[in-house]
Amino acid sequence: MNRFDYVRATTVADALRAKASDSRSRFIAGGTNLLDLMKYDVERPTTVVDITHLPLTDIEDGPDGSLRIGALVSNSRLAYDARVQERFPLLSSAILAGASAQLRNAASTGGNLLQRTRCYYFYDTGTPCNKREPGTGCPAIEGVNRIHAILGTSDKCIATHPSDMCVALAALGATVRVEGPSGERSIAFADFHRLPGDTPQVESTLKPDEIIVSVDLPAADYGPHHTYLKLRDRQSYAFALVSVAAALKMDGGTVAEARIALGGVAHKPWRDESAEALLVGRAAGVDAFAAVADHILAPAVGRSENAFKIGLARKAIIRALSQAAAGTPQSQVDKRVQ
Amino acid sequence: MMDGMSSSPAPHPVGMAKIPVSFRLNGAPTTIELAPWTTLLDALRNHMGLTGTKKGCDHGQCGACTVLVDGQRINACLTLAVMKEGADIRTVEGLAEHGHLHPVQDAFIEYDAFQCGYCTPGQICSAVGLIAEGHAHSAEEIREAMSGNICRCGAYPNIVEAVKHVIDAKAARRLEAAK
Ligand SMILES: Cc1cc2nc3c(=O)[nH]c(=O)nc-3n(C[C@H](O)[C@H](O)[C@H](O)COP(=O)(O)OP(=O)(O)OC[C@H]3O[C@@H](n4cnc5c(N)ncnc54)[C@H](O)[C@@H]3O)c2cc1C
Ligand code: SF4
Ligand code: FES
Ligand code: FES
Repeated sequence: MNRFDYVRATTVADALRAKASDSRSRFIAGGTNLLDLMKYDVERPTTVVDITHLPLTDIEDGPDGSLRIGALVSNSRLAYDARVQERFPLLSSAILAGASAQLRNAASTGGNLLQRTRCYYFYDTGTPCNKREPGTGCPAIEGVNRIHAILGTSDKCIATHPSDMCVALAALGATVRVEGPSGERSIAFADFHRLPGDTPQVESTLKPDEIIVSVDLPAADYGPHHTYLKLRDRQSYAFALVSVAAALKMDGGTVAEARIALGGVAHKPWRDESAEALLVGRAAGVDAFAAVADHILAPAVGRSENAFKIGLARKAIIRALSQAAAGTPQSQVDKRVQ
Repeated sequence: MMDGMSSSPAPHPVGMAKIPVSFRLNGAPTTIELAPWTTLLDALRNHMGLTGTKKGCDHGQCGACTVLVDGQRINACLTLAVMKEGADIRTVEGLAEHGHLHPVQDAFIEYDAFQCGYCTPGQICSAVGLIAEGHAHSAEEIREAMSGNICRCGAYPNIVEAVKHVIDAKAARRLEAAK
């Protein structure tokens, strides 16, 4: 780890000021991603601004059943909050599918959004990587790419966003509230993470002088018709190869409303609203779900080692939508996929 | 070993100064000066003489460094010691009370829940955190909630039994008290 100056901020204004005074500064919340990357010299901040003492630790009820989640609420507190378990079980389930109990205790809501890719080359400063050092190339495209993206890639980067929580937030249509020198603004979740394009080093639309203050969830009413299905190499404590967050409103056997987002397949949580629209008014069943899967995956591109993800994602989408329609969400304890 | 409070740091070139941090460590108020890049794990092991907490991977992947901060289990390798101002930190050295091992420690011995013992302090702290959380009851739930602790000796079956024993005994005591 490189040496750095440490600043303990106690107000958001303090934190913004400290961040602005050094262009190579970083906020630290749980530290579970930043410190990991600092130990590999991938991140080398000259100032680390500790934001864990900021008053952004509440989960507040908003109007009409909405919920405001402070940026410093830990992943575990969020997952076990009674309101989240009752009204947003999809979010709770996605969080509990990720990392370990220890990591979820430390990890914050804001940090989870901004965690960086697990691409091996990104982590290895001995190799080129457009995300780590723009312009040096992307060895993953022709190299070891089993965990990489199949949707929305560019010829500059095929990395994935590794979060589970964010897949549920994308499906639920959350909003990210941020604060900067010129005040507050809100970013729709779909616009928060970016595709790699020509600038894979820019991963979100958060500006360097801004801080996430909360994530806002609009009211959701899917009853038991939701699921978070995560497929991975180990049953626990492993990142997703493919994951699916699905939520449906059912009118008898017919789909009245659908939300579907994928993890492990793109540089951002992959929500496809055109696929959701396809489902509306159709009878729930494998035929309709397969059509949706084919629609979502039509633009997918497989590389030497990750082409299997296309077939895996197709099956996962069909299975997840079946679980959601039946009202039998995937258990995050008993990992058998029913 | 544990230095007293120092005066506030003078302006300095990047990252040259140690800074004071105060927390409760295994019940005792403690102040120490540390370079900001010292992880809590390195602070405990290298600066405070508490080597019970182990370093396995140093990257959040094994759980050997699990400690309790404000009652919650976290990986000491992925947090900075200077961030722990005002916190209540408990390590495996601080679990025994009045000369008696913690029930989880007793159960690990009774159920032979280790082989080489390297993962054990982390497993024990993790189990203490898990029991306080109160979400895991069945063996299956315990396995999932303990999945952040890797054991290269594969002592998992006995670890699960030991943890389950403590949870069951606690539930039985609660039932007894309610009668
Ligand atoms: C071994 C291991 C396994 C894991 N497995 C999974 C998994 O299966 N699924 C999964 O989803 N995740 C997994 N994770 C990742 C984990 O979820 C993230 O590391 C965590 O969510 C990051 O949160 P944090 O608060 O610790 O972030 P930090 O490390 O503190 O910060 C991460 C980044 O966000 C920035 N930041 C933090 N808060 C704010 C804010 N409020 N405003 C602006 N910027 C901010 C920081 O500057 C930094 O750049 C795993 C991690 C490890 C180490
Ligand atoms: S996929 Fe992206 S992160 Fe990985 S090597 Fe290529 S540019 Fe770097
Ligand atoms: S040493 Fe901290 S998790 Fe392995
Ligand atoms: S007892 Fe040897 S690693 Fe667990």
